Amino acid sequence: MAKEIIKIENLKREFTMGSETVHALKGISYSITEGEFVTIMGSSGSGKSTMLNILGCLDQPTSGTYEIDGVKMKDLSKNELATIRNEKIGFIFQSYNLLARTTAIENVELPLLYNSKVTSEERRERAIKALEMVGLGERLHHTPSQLSGGQQQRVAIARSLVNNPVMILADEATGNLDTRTSYEIMALFQELNKQGITITFVTHEPDIATFSSRTIVLKDGDIIQDYKNHNVQSAAEQLAKLPKENH
Amino acid sequence: MRILNLVKIAFKAIVLNKMRTLLTMLGIIIGVASVIAMLAIGEGSKESIRTTISSMGSNMINIRPGEDTRGGVRQEASAMETLTLDDYYAIKEQADLLTYTTPMVNGSGQVINGSNNWPSSIYGVNPEYLNIKVLDLQSGSMFTDAEVKSASKVVLLGQTVVDNIFPDGEDPVGATIRFGNIPFKVIGVLSEKGENTFGQDQDDVVIAPYTTVQKRILAIDYLNQIMASAASEEQAPDAVTQVTEILRTQHKLADNEDDDFNVRSMEELISTFSSTSEMLTVLLVAVAGISLLIGGIGIMNIMYVSVKERTKEIGLRMAVGGKGSDILMQFLIEAILISVTGGVLGVALGLGATFFIEKFLHWPTSVALYSIVVSFAVCAVTGIFFGWYPARKASALDPITALRYE
Repeated sequence: MAKEIIKIENLKREFTMGSETVHALKGISYSITEGEFVTIMGSSGSGKSTMLNILGCLDQPTSGTYEIDGVKMKDLSKNELATIRNEKIGFIFQSYNLLARTTAIENVELPLLYNSKVTSEERRERAIKALEMVGLGERLHHTPSQLSGGQQQRVAIARSLVNNPVMILADEATGNLDTRTSYEIMALFQELNKQGITITFVTHEPDIATFSSRTIVLKDGDIIQDYKNHNVQSAAEQLAKLPKENH
Repeated sequence: MRILNLVKIAFKAIVLNKMRTLLTMLGIIIGVASVIAMLAIGEGSKESIRTTISSMGSNMINIRPGEDTRGGVRQEASAMETLTLDDYYAIKEQADLLTYTTPMVNGSGQVINGSNNWPSSIYGVNPEYLNIKVLDLQSGSMFTDAEVKSASKVVLLGQTVVDNIFPDGEDPVGATIRFGNIPFKVIGVLSEKGENTFGQDQDDVVIAPYTTVQKRILAIDYLNQIMASAASEEQAPDAVTQVTEILRTQHKLADNEDDDFNVRSMEELISTFSSTSEMLTVLLVAVAGISLLIGGIGIMNIMYVSVKERTKEIGLRMAVGGKGSDILMQFLIEAILISVTGGVLGVALGLGATFFIEKFLHWPTSVALYSIVVSFAVCAVTGIFFGWYPARKASALDPITALRYE
């Protein structure tokens, strides 16, 4: 039995809006084991974003337990949460969130800057390695404005890998990209997953889910579906099937 | 997170916004430069006043007879005959805080050389007068104690007198001139001193032994004043007290009687002038300080804009593990870097400005080390003070909200 990376039990999150209480998550339980590629799906208002914030240790649940890599996420201080984000989670955002006018390598180095255990030489080494993994070994010193959308997202993926996280958390990571580039990025994710990296991918696009090994569907704060995908599509193959672009 | 990394991040942010940073710095630069230049001007004028007064003899102590009323008519102080040679001897013997002492009698009259004449004052003194007034001889020599004793008819002339009665430029030393009707032999010429701070011509004098002036010109046996110099400027007030006591004993004054003489040091004069120039310095520095304050507000303003503009970046930094304290430090260091760099440039500009003021305006200046240290410290504090609030605001951002900020 593989190790459980994420363990969630009866998780609830409530927001108070004036006099009303909004139940964003209504008691959810699931766990993710090492090496899984999970997509979390749902329309807006399903509790997807709330789930993502809690998974990413940006927000704390109202009740229930959340464990990541054996660490209980209960009553941790802001600083302790920051340390967990720094050491255990790699974030990827829809809008890449790269620092403007800053080179790819410096963007990738960013999480390690906040880890005092990493020396500056090691930082540079690991950043180069991460950029090579995503196929940008030739563009270390390009700034975001000199890179295409797909390349920018690759930089962001390298940034999420650089701290050797236990899980990569992607939020609509292909939302700003065209189909071809989306498939390229998904192919990259599948490759990383094959190397043993656990990925949780939040999306509302059903075709993205076909590339993952498991899908959790949320609706109105509850899980309505949680199924293993026995027929995982290869993003690389899908990419080959796309009509050739005319350049 | 090591401080060095934070400094790097802050430095990068500054470099990315060169123009904006420079303009922000300008406030600090001008503030610091003006503080330094203003203080240099203030210190310089204070020093120049002090030098002027010192050249008049800053240790000088004047002893004059007191005013009195005789038969209902108030008399001029110098007309009083209360100050005598005995007083002079008593002071000379007993006042150990004094280095030099001279009796003084003075009169005025016409100095005549052939067909040229000039109205001037004659001062009857002893040889120590030169030391008290810090005077030098341009040529010739001072009269001796023996010449004082014998009431010799010798004089020394100031440059103004020489210019007027020896218009053709011949050497006055050795010549015989007349003061009133009495012939005198010129034995020396005083070095030029020019006008003093009060616009008096210090070269319009004739100096002769006091015995000569007493007996041959004025025919008096009392003194108009006694001049002395204290060992140092600091000892002047004590010397004044000492002389006062000696004279009270000498004049046999009872405890309830007022002094029938006046003892004054130059110290009073110096403090009057110093306080005037100090006041001016304070005003100048206050104005300069205000510009430094405005510079500080400029930093605060730009840091606010910076925090707002980089909200998303702050969110990202927090998401990848930046703690609130890291963000706070990053922005604080940025503010301090701006203000300290501005401070360094300001010091350089201030020193440059001071140099040009001295060189081209010929104003006396004096750069005080403390003005550099203080304005530099003020810069660092300004950075911390005005950078703190925006930085605090940045660190208190909620990462979720910051990440979604557009």
